[in-house]
Amino acid sequence: MNVRQGYFYTKEHEWAKIEGKIAKVGITDYAQHKLGDLTYVELPQIGKVIKQGEVLNGLESVKAASDVYSPLSGKVIKVNNALENDPGLINKSPYDDGWIAEIEIQNEEETKNLMSADEYLNLLGQSK
Amino acid sequence: MKTIFENSIKGRKGVISGEVNNDLIKKIDEKFLRKEELSLPEVSELDVIRHYINLSKLNFSVDTEFYPLGSCTMKYNPKVCEKLASREEFLNLHPFLSYIDEDSVQGVLEIIYEISRLLCEITGMKKITTQPYAGAHGELTGVLLMAAYHKAKGNNKKYIIIPDSAHGTNPASAAMGGYSIISIPVDKDGNMDVNILKEKINEEVAGIMMTVPSTLGLFEKNIKEIIELAHKYDALMYYDGANLNAILGKLKPGEIGFDIIHINLHKTFSTPHGGGGPGSGVVGVSGKIMDFLPVPEVIKENEKFKLNFNIKNSIGSVASFYGNFQVLLKAFIYIILLGKKGLIKVSEVAVLNANYILAKIKSYYDVPYNRICMHEFVLSARKQLKNGVHAIDIAKYLIDNKIHPPTVYFPLVVEEAIMIEPTETESKQTLDEFIDIMIKIAEISEKEPEKIKQAPLKTPILRVDEAKAARELKLKCDI
Repeated sequence: MNVRQGYFYTKEHEWAKIEGKIAKVGITDYAQHKLGDLTYVELPQIGKVIKQGEVLNGLESVKAASDVYSPLSGKVIKVNNALENDPGLINKSPYDDGWIAEIEIQNEEETKNLMSADEYLNLLGQSK
Repeated sequence: MKTIFENSIKGRKGVISGEVNNDLIKKIDEKFLRKEELSLPEVSELDVIRHYINLSKLNFSVDTEFYPLGSCTMKYNPKVCEKLASREEFLNLHPFLSYIDEDSVQGVLEIIYEISRLLCEITGMKKITTQPYAGAHGELTGVLLMAAYHKAKGNNKKYIIIPDSAHGTNPASAAMGGYSIISIPVDKDGNMDVNILKEKINEEVAGIMMTVPSTLGLFEKNIKEIIELAHKYDALMYYDGANLNAILGKLKPGEIGFDIIHINLHKTFSTPHGGGGPGSGVVGVSGKIMDFLPVPEVIKENEKFKLNFNIKNSIGSVASFYGNFQVLLKAFIYIILLGKKGLIKVSEVAVLNANYILAKIKSYYDVPYNRICMHEFVLSARKQLKNGVHAIDIAKYLIDNKIHPPTVYFPLVVEEAIMIEPTETESKQTLDEFIDIMIKIAEISEKEPEKIKQAPLKTPILRVDEAKAARELKLKCDI
């Protein structure tokens, strides 16, 4: 399973890539694999203020409908509109083209609640 | 197969419609008149007969093959229920009659009154409303009743607790009723994790929605403790009765402290409901919720049946009239035909059949919660996945073997889930054939997994691209 170094991870299989005050977020390769082919992405509203661990948006796949939990608290400032027409981007490129939203981080301290790539790999090892 | 429109030949007719009455047309305002010809297929009577008979041959149904999807869609429907419910007297009944001339529909009102009474007896609830049109509608009605109860008591409630082994519609219904959801995971044995429940429950919890047996096909072992805990916080206990068919005559939810229950009549009492057709999601309540039930209700006064619109704090009507009467009627016939002993046997045989299959195939598949099951059980295709065979491939291979696929990928708490519910109507021979095929699938998955992954090969349409079907919606065709 593909896990990116330098990203932060949640135990619900979301990732966050932090650059300065901005976090780009999405779901992991493991998550997209488990969900199967994505058929619909309900994008979050720009301007939405969210707390760490709250539901950011919803996803639908051929298998199930599931929630994406926000890895960090902050404000949604950008969403990946390309997912509206091509939800499969999440399957093809979960860490790059399949990003879901950009969040302006409220509290950088919260990254201590997240996992590093190695810790996340460890978690996947356990759940297998 | 072509569509009926593709069979259209210009000028061909099946029906001669007769002269158009121009005087009548003149009376209609021009803006309401059709400007273009109606787009109807031009076919003969024989074209229509052949087309639809051939189309019906493609059907894969409980009337033609084994259906381990079980009561999730619907069980086998005894034809006698259908026959009686199709009598002219019922078919041509006008719902308004009960409002203007109660005397002319005494028999119908009696059936509604009697089925309510029977369902109260079966569930141990005090009163029933027959209005909700189907299960999820019953859930919403139940949540609205919950809200009305708390409002009347001046309680400030915000949350509804739902275990993650409950039906997926529960959180949706709770949210539609204005509540936020607290989800509780199952423990290693498949029961709701009571320790986490104790942490999460608080004064603002309006109720707990439980599916018993759960979607894992397991009886909730801590149910008594959960009910006591809920009532301590004045949270109401909601029983999702989708799986009531496993406990008939064994447990009355009302007697162990449930406050609200909905019953999907098609699942337990064998009424047709496939493909989202008319259903019935009757709701039963305990004494403390009675004053909030929808109006009207059918009551008996001086040996006469009549409608009562006077329920003190009623939440109002949730459906026109009393719901889907024909469905209630079929369930009523089923209950009367089987009687108490018959209904108890329904549950006993449903549970026995499920356990028989489970015992025979469990060494070939991964069983995440390995214990005596109720009317259904959940396997995981994790073992087969090592050779690249997914639950979906097994489902498709079953179709080639003339078996309807069971539910797959639900419940979500089990990876590669395959949920099997044989129901009580199947013979030992049918169960044995199914067991043989399931064992064969496990063996082929080891040696020639490609064979399973290619399925189905014997169907009119081969493996469909489900992602494409959901992503590229084309819901109309050009005629």
